[in-house]
Amino acid sequence: SKRSLNFVSSIGVTVFTKRVENAGSEPVSKVLLAFPNIQAKNLAAIRAFGTEGKVKGLSSVLPIEVVEPSGVPPELTFFSASLHKPLQKGKILHLDVLTVFTHFLQPFPEEITQADSQLVVFQDSSHYLSPYPVKVQTLSIRLPGGRVESYTKYGNTKLVDSELKYGPYEDVPPFSYNPIIVHFENNNPFAVAKELIREIEISHWGNVQITEHYNIVHGGARLKGEFSRLDYQSRPYARGVSSFRHLIARLPARAHSIYYRDEIGNISTSHLWSDSKKTQLEIEPRFPLFGGWQTTFTIGYGLPLQDFVFSADGKRFLNITFGSPMEEILIEKLIVKVVLPEGSKDIDVSAPFPTNQWQEVKYSHLDIAGRPVLVLEKPDVIPEHNLHFQVYYKFNNISLLIEPMMLITGFFLLFVACIAYMHTDMSISKNSPSYLAKLQWDEVQATVQQIQGIFHQCLAVHDKLETSLHDLSRTGDAKSCKAARKAADAQFKELAKELKPLLLSVQSSPQSYQIWPKLDDLVAKERELQDKLMARHATVVDSVEKKQRGQDIENRISSQQQKIAALRQEVESLLEYLSEI
Amino acid sequence: PRPAPRADETLAQIPPPRPPMAAAASTMLESLPAPLLRALRLKTKQQELLLRVSALALIYVLAFAVRLFSVLRYESMIHEFDPYFNYRTTLYLTEHGYSEFWNWFDHESWYPLGRVVGGTLFPGLMVTAALLHRLLRALSLAVHIREVCVLTAPFFAANTTLVAYAFGREIWDSGAGLVAAALIAVCPGYISRSVAGSYDNEGVAIFALLLTFYLFVRAVNTGSLAWSLAAAFGYFYMVSAWGGYVFIINLLPLYVLVLLVTGRYSQRLYVAYNCTYVLGMLLGMQIRFVGFQHVQSGEHMAAMGVFFLLQVFFFLDWVKYMLNDVKLFKSFLRITLTCVISVGTLALGIGTASGYISPWTGRFYSLLDPTYAKDHIPIIASVSEHQPTAWSSFMFDFHILLFLFPAGLYFCFKRLSDATIFIVMYGLTSMYFAGVMVRLILVAAPAVCLISAIAVSATIKNLTTLIRSKSKSPQTTGKTTGSKAAAKGAVDQPLPFQHNVAVALLLGAFYLLSRYAIHCTWVTSEAYSSPSIVLSARGHNGGRVIFDDYREAYYWLRQNTPTDAKIMSWWDYGYQITAMGNRTVIVDNNTWNNTHIATVGRAMSSYEDEAYEIMQSLDVNYVLVVFGGVTGYSSDDINKFLWMVRIGGGVFPVIKEPDYLVNGEYRVDKGASPKMLNCLMYKLCYYRFGELTTEYGKPPGYDRVRGVEIGNKDIKLEYLEEAFTTSNWIVRIYKVKPPKNRS
Repeated sequence: SKRSLNFVSSIGVTVFTKRVENAGSEPVSKVLLAFPNIQAKNLAAIRAFGTEGKVKGLSSVLPIEVVEPSGVPPELTFFSASLHKPLQKGKILHLDVLTVFTHFLQPFPEEITQADSQLVVFQDSSHYLSPYPVKVQTLSIRLPGGRVESYTKYGNTKLVDSELKYGPYEDVPPFSYNPIIVHFENNNPFAVAKELIREIEISHWGNVQITEHYNIVHGGARLKGEFSRLDYQSRPYARGVSSFRHLIARLPARAHSIYYRDEIGNISTSHLWSDSKKTQLEIEPRFPLFGGWQTTFTIGYGLPLQDFVFSADGKRFLNITFGSPMEEILIEKLIVKVVLPEGSKDIDVSAPFPTNQWQEVKYSHLDIAGRPVLVLEKPDVIPEHNLHFQVYYKFNNISLLIEPMMLITGFFLLFVACIAYMHTDMSISKNSPSYLAKLQWDEVQATVQQIQGIFHQCLAVHDKLETSLHDLSRTGDAKSCKAARKAADAQFKELAKELKPLLLSVQSSPQSYQIWPKLDDLVAKERELQDKLMARHATVVDSVEKKQRGQDIENRISSQQQKIAALRQEVESLLEYLSEI
Repeated sequence: PRPAPRADETLAQIPPPRPPMAAAASTMLESLPAPLLRALRLKTKQQELLLRVSALALIYVLAFAVRLFSVLRYESMIHEFDPYFNYRTTLYLTEHGYSEFWNWFDHESWYPLGRVVGGTLFPGLMVTAALLHRLLRALSLAVHIREVCVLTAPFFAANTTLVAYAFGREIWDSGAGLVAAALIAVCPGYISRSVAGSYDNEGVAIFALLLTFYLFVRAVNTGSLAWSLAAAFGYFYMVSAWGGYVFIINLLPLYVLVLLVTGRYSQRLYVAYNCTYVLGMLLGMQIRFVGFQHVQSGEHMAAMGVFFLLQVFFFLDWVKYMLNDVKLFKSFLRITLTCVISVGTLALGIGTASGYISPWTGRFYSLLDPTYAKDHIPIIASVSEHQPTAWSSFMFDFHILLFLFPAGLYFCFKRLSDATIFIVMYGLTSMYFAGVMVRLILVAAPAVCLISAIAVSATIKNLTTLIRSKSKSPQTTGKTTGSKAAAKGAVDQPLPFQHNVAVALLLGAFYLLSRYAIHCTWVTSEAYSSPSIVLSARGHNGGRVIFDDYREAYYWLRQNTPTDAKIMSWWDYGYQITAMGNRTVIVDNNTWNNTHIATVGRAMSSYEDEAYEIMQSLDVNYVLVVFGGVTGYSSDDINKFLWMVRIGGGVFPVIKEPDYLVNGEYRVDKGASPKMLNCLMYKLCYYRFGELTTEYGKPPGYDRVRGVEIGNKDIKLEYLEEAFTTSNWIVRIYKVKPPKNRS
């Protein structure tokens, strides 16, 4: 058995490589793996890959479950990897087990000053804690480089560069434990998210909006004493080496509308690089994080819908990564909320690992029933958990139109209400003098409008007369001109007949005292104008019939012409005055 | 084909036929049914209405939009100092409901005294924002309360333009109203307090103030109870929103008095004032912070006096009518007047002597006598917005309105009415107050805009009538050479070049107005749209450099100090620390307890060991100072330090201002006084600053604000330790060490 531990990051990763031989007589279908409880408690992920045969070939993932075999010490936790097919007697299996432990490294000393490097201590056994006898085993520990304060020395212990090797040990009995302690420098960012809430909101208008609320703590040795900005600024690597000032998030390609803020506003210290494969966001918290310091912030970004939501078998499904896009971060509690569009049904989830699940309802803009929210919760999430998961749901595209239609209806109703208000009578008392006066005034206004209409018709007839005169000048056809005059005369009479009752009604109304004189004036002027026009028309036609010279005709009518123009102007100005009432 | 020459000659005077297109169109129009035609054609009046409404709508949008510079340039955030408190209380209101808010005892400020928030604030702003928020929620718009708070001031500024329009129409005509709305929409004096994010009482108070005045003038003009009632409610809203309501409660009686003196007393005035005063007073008492001040405080006595005077006046009027005898009435008048005056004086005297009527407050005094605060209340004098106004800021905030204002007064006096007298009085009094205190420019802004609008509107109207009459007359003379028209022209003989001069003047007016608009936009974008939390400067390469140190420090406090930590800082930063840092402070911007502030001032100006005792007695865990020596940020604590000394010295005579000065000069370099070089504030600001090189070619420890090398570079702290300093050193936080174990 070979075992290698990797502490280059702040999260402990162990890889076993085992050659398992079935020395018994029965075929074996399960391999037991044992860990002390103290470690198993912090085990974030365990994965096993098995290959049968001597040659390393294609390995397959083996399912793993927790078991409690009888007759073993209670301080141990057992996992069993079930093989795809039982291992026959004498056959050999290559088993690779990957385990990830959180809180594997303990800072020691627990409090350091700004100038100190962070030292961590790690305890384990140099022998692999195996329920089976082990023929040959080695342990290699990869350290992040830098100072190694101390390590337990046994025979066969070597420290080469930053790799510490124990073994090989031969013929180790089952459950042998040989404690070792390694104390070394590790200034990697101990970024721990106490809680991360990821909200994935799907909008079928074409966007998947992701909002992540982080609460990040520096999980390493606590800072004691002063924090001196001067030292930090002038010698950041010597003074402040244990702190970290930025985090890097790898967002999916085509992420857009990225923001980075916290409870009190936008944080301006962030950088963004993007290419066709990924978007890289480097965020700096408002202040550098020293041991024990914490900060909270929110990042959010939009993703194109077609990259993450697909449809199959009449259902749609979201396919997106579970964990945080941040590199090298341990999340103690991750809550993923998938907010589906309003009206989604038959919600179903498939995740690559067990999670707590429940449903909520979220109300956003213009929601009536609320959006269904699927919540997944998982403790101790590490970058290895950053796998895709799927949420299946049914959604009808027609539902997309509900909200725009609501808005349209709302505005429509508003306008209708306005129109209705303008046209309804809201007065309380129906027989108060002011109300009656208002009614009468409305009546007068309506009549005046009718009268105006009649006058405009009169003016149109005037124009017709003028046109007929003009035609006369061109064609010399006096007969048709006379006919036109006759028609105009008839029209004038008809209009005058129409006008009479209207004028009477205005005159009789008590509200018309203001406009009646003007109206009276207008009627008189119009009558005069009609007379003059007729007279001129007659003169011109007469002259043309008598074959008089143009100059003479002009002389004869010139005085009339001026009067007509003046009258016409007065009539028009009076009409304008009336229309302004 | 051309017509025959003869016929052409004959009918030369007959108008040519219309072009075929127009003729066709006209026949088509004629063929339409007459009612439809009438419906489609807008009457002149309707056209005017359409124009007016669309202009108002545009002004409304403009007033809102011009205030959004800060949101676009920075972000949607709360500005300055006081708005942070308002925001915090609004947040509390929306989260806990109204009764909780009303009974809120805030233990996070004024440690260890605390503050009864519900009873010491004007709740109008918070309630307004919370109601708006609830309304939007009810319309199922999921907006955050912060966005509502940020946009409250622009929203109310936009509403103010509508009120200004109505007010202008009431006192002059609708044209003046429209101009007033346009002027006030962009007036920098108003914008300075109502940009997005400036979530302060003034934002809604100016709206309430103008609304109250408008409704009152309307009530005086109509004599209607309904309008008086509306004015009372407007006044109630104003009382709930801002302490400036005292201006209303003193201006209205003054106005009534002036009307009485000038013989303009009328029944309308009687109804309007009595109803507004009585109801307004009763409503105003419902605000806890104001309480019974309407009957107990000296500042409100004028209104009550005028109220009684009106009754006496009315009574005498009635007696005069009943007696119908001049001689008898005169003697009656003499007796009554003597009685009333003596009773009034006696009541006032007894009230004041017994302490039932409180004397005028310091702020009120300092308004009447600008030098009062400087001599007696340093804490009022120390506030920058309480300084007397410089001419330049008048020019900056009013621009051409400053010249239009007297012109408008001229027009008002030319057409005196109850309404114009009111606006004249409002303009003159508020102008005086604006001269006394910088912040009161805000109160003067609506009056100045209205009066200037009258000037602009009246002038432009006169000019356009000149131009229109001139342009119309050649038309008429061209058409009618009749004797009548000629006679008319002879009577109304125009001045030489009248038309051209009018056009030139009109163009000049438009030029001035456009300069005003440009100036306002420039001022808004350059001067009034920075949040003062985030500082920005131009970098070496011309790019914008952002100093976000305040929030860095406050967020550090919020995240990395114990939740019950007490922070001591100068009072300016109190509201921000509680709102953004969520920690308890010793003093804040409420400045209600002078002694407490003086204690902090004393601690800051003492030696470290003395200060330590004071800090221990106040349970202080952290001390926060603002220091601009690295970045050149000039409004830092060293520059404010003399006020701390003065305020501290005002209560504790151990602190003497001359100890910190050298020959009356305030300095921080080697020549500074030893007391200065070793006081707590100096030590905290310059701790380890002596090792830092701030500017190339200058010795280390060069203070970029004061432009000197500091005098004490070897600062050792015994009782405090540096806990956090922001990246540009603007905010420095020190931790107070626990007392040493006895050895």
